[in-house]
Amino acid sequence: MLSLRGVSYRYPGAALDSLHDVSLELPGGTITGLLGAPESGLSTVCMVLGGLAPRVIGGTLRGESSIDGQDVRGWPMHRLCESVVLGLGQPAGQLSMVAATVYEEVAFGPANLGLSRSEVMARTEQALEQLAIHDLASRDPGRLSGGQQQLVALAGLLAMRARHLILDEPVAALDAHGRTLALAALAAAAAGGAAVLVATQHSDLVASICSSVALLTGGRVMRQGPPGEVLADPATWALGIAEPAEQRLARLLGDIGDGR
Amino acid sequence: MATVVAVVVLGGVVGPVLVWLLAVLLPAAAARVLPGLLRTSALLALPIAVSAAIVNILFTPGGETVLVELGPLRVTGEGVSVAVEVVVRVLVMAGAVTLYYLATRPAELVASLQAHGFPARTTFVIHNAVAMIPRLAERAGEVTEAQRARGLDSEGSLRRRLRGVTAVAGPTVSGAIGEAETRALALEMRGFTRPGRHTLLWAPVDRGSQRAARWVMVTTVAVLVALRLAGWTAPW
Repeated sequence: MLSLRGVSYRYPGAALDSLHDVSLELPGGTITGLLGAPESGLSTVCMVLGGLAPRVIGGTLRGESSIDGQDVRGWPMHRLCESVVLGLGQPAGQLSMVAATVYEEVAFGPANLGLSRSEVMARTEQALEQLAIHDLASRDPGRLSGGQQQLVALAGLLAMRARHLILDEPVAALDAHGRTLALAALAAAAAGGAAVLVATQHSDLVASICSSVALLTGGRVMRQGPPGEVLADPATWALGIAEPAEQRLARLLGDIGDGR
Repeated sequence: MATVVAVVVLGGVVGPVLVWLLAVLLPAAAARVLPGLLRTSALLALPIAVSAAIVNILFTPGGETVLVELGPLRVTGEGVSVAVEVVVRVLVMAGAVTLYYLATRPAELVASLQAHGFPARTTFVIHNAVAMIPRLAERAGEVTEAQRARGLDSEGSLRRRLRGVTAVAGPTVSGAIGEAETRALALEMRGFTRPGRHTLLWAPVDRGSQRAARWVMVTTVAVLVALRLAGWTAPW
């Protein structure tokens, strides 16, 4: 489980908090959506949960952050990344740029953990298979398209085999096929007991895969509940979050049927 | 590094030219990067060489053999001689740096350094020093195209070209900094800063001949430096 209790966070040098009294419980075996409009604090929540804030980027954190019931504030990053990994929004920025091939790029994380060579290769092979990018294994990661780079970045995180996953806009650059593969991988991770958080501005993504959704606006969690309930509420749309396309179509068809 | 030190220590013209032939041109030909090396090192060296030549030709103190007088400025034979030495040194150093950049594959460099026990952070910094230049050049190309699509006119007069440079340099640098920040965070998340040995999937072959060549270079430079400190100067 990933947990934030009463967390407020302020970036270094900032005059105001970016997160205000945020509380989230992400049980293992579930995929939770964190939904919000631009500048609502999605990435900040991800960095706090993932341990980068304030550990790496500085700033001030108040409240409690725990992983599987343990207070992780004193943990170094290399210990923390065995429990939780964070995928940031920009695919190109997530690549190490020290790997000559996609295979080495995906193996980069497990290799950093000092695992045996056979274990590194086994994890790499599995991650490549899971996202069906084995045909890219010998390619230069820097020469791939944005969508391919996003799949490679996701494969690199999956190869870490951390207990939990936090992903900031994990499918933004993917086409329909890539999106299907990525979401299947996240579902498999959740089925294996991981708590998965997907932070996004897109309600369609949340509606398609998440069992619970938290709405974030102005750095505050406004509401949390099942997607069917939260996304159907017009108050949600008033926060600048678009209604999922399927839901909107069903509603409009219903309105037409009712003669409205 | 050895080439640069040798060129500085040897002085004169003949020594640096010999170093250029043996330590720059020959390896460049073997690595099949000679045309690229000549072009790039000339471009790299030209501004420095030209300015250093002008300064030395006109302002070398103690020159007595006056060749040309230009008002208060005097071109002396001694000044020309010093200028030629400086230009040759700059060309050789530029050639050495360019050879390192053209003939080194960053991934092999990183693997080799890690295989020899260098910490991960150090190898990453060294790798970026080599890999950063082509990435910046690519990014500058992308920014230029994007700016041209927005109406930037970067061809023609010098003033127009300078305006074009300003419009490209800012986004290139800020984009590179932003990407570097994101990458640093991503590396942390993938255990990069974990102390201790990281697993190597492979390491470049380090043949006996390569190890011997490295020892010869280091020893030669050490001997030259020691001789120079002892007061020896090259006979040419």
